[in-house]
Amino acid sequence: MKTPTEWYLVVSAVLFTIGTVGVLVRRNALVIFMSIELQLNAVNLSLVAFSRQWGNLVGQALAFFSMTVAAAEVVVGLAIIVALYRKRGTANVDDASLLRW
Amino acid sequence: MATLAVASAIAMLFMRNAVHSALMLIVNFFCIAVFFLTLGSAFLFVVQIIVYAGAIMVLFLFVIMLLGVDRQEDLHERIPGQRWIAILLGVGLVAEVVAAVRLGLGLSTGHAARLEALNRGGNVRALAAVLFNQYFFPFEVTSILLIVAAVGVVLLGRRQAGDVAGTRPTAAGATAGRPRGAGGATGAGLEPGGDLEPVP
Repeated sequence: MKTPTEWYLVVSAVLFTIGTVGVLVRRNALVIFMSIELQLNAVNLSLVAFSRQWGNLVGQALAFFSMTVAAAEVVVGLAIIVALYRKRGTANVDDASLLRW
Repeated sequence: MATLAVASAIAMLFMRNAVHSALMLIVNFFCIAVFFLTLGSAFLFVVQIIVYAGAIMVLFLFVIMLLGVDRQEDLHERIPGQRWIAILLGVGLVAEVVAAVRLGLGLSTGHAARLEALNRGGNVRALAAVLFNQYFFPFEVTSILLIVAAVGVVLLGRRQAGDVAGTRPTAAGATAGRPRGAGGATGAGLEPGGDLEPVP
């Protein structure tokens, strides 16, 4: 008995939403970044679920590419956070308000 | 498994300490890896554990330790009621997506048998056939992306004039961002070995 695709999509949606709420609620730049990772993983999960739904491997290939891009994105983002911390002495996103009007 | 995944994600959200958040996220990544396995994607299962739970989270923990663990998060809200609005919007988003999935798909496993037939010679082999025939050019583009990211990180991590000097003594260990930090870690790991060598 296989689990229906719908359950995977629901779990994926819940995880994505938790990530979204995390981005909106938390103030620490690192935790916000982790929430973004959670969102990316949720989308990967739904991609693989759809890959099984349609019976081809294109979804898995796309999930693989998105993992690669996520790895690059994490490296660059963490470097930006470290640079921000060196400049400002804080990892709080509210203090990085240079571009606000 | 799904409850564990959702519970660890929620725990990640509510942990005050960034290190605890990271550990909860690792639990969550393992859950997602198991989902990949049950979906018939053994390759992504392994990649998820090695790349996400391994490399990326080690990088996260490294940066958390670098920036200081004991810093309390400032929970003061700039926008009044932001937290409740966010949670309300989240509940709305879940309801919307679940309704969309229910209407559009319903309970079905689709063409799971066809995927099993594709995976007969091994999931890695089948995925490689797709990746290196159909998507060869995007594959090469991602390699360029990774190189550009590595170069950009070295550039970003370089110490510039005008930094906050002396805020933390550990900041000196991170003079060149990731590559230098990794080198420092291996150097620290090698030192005890050097001490042990003269004993016999």
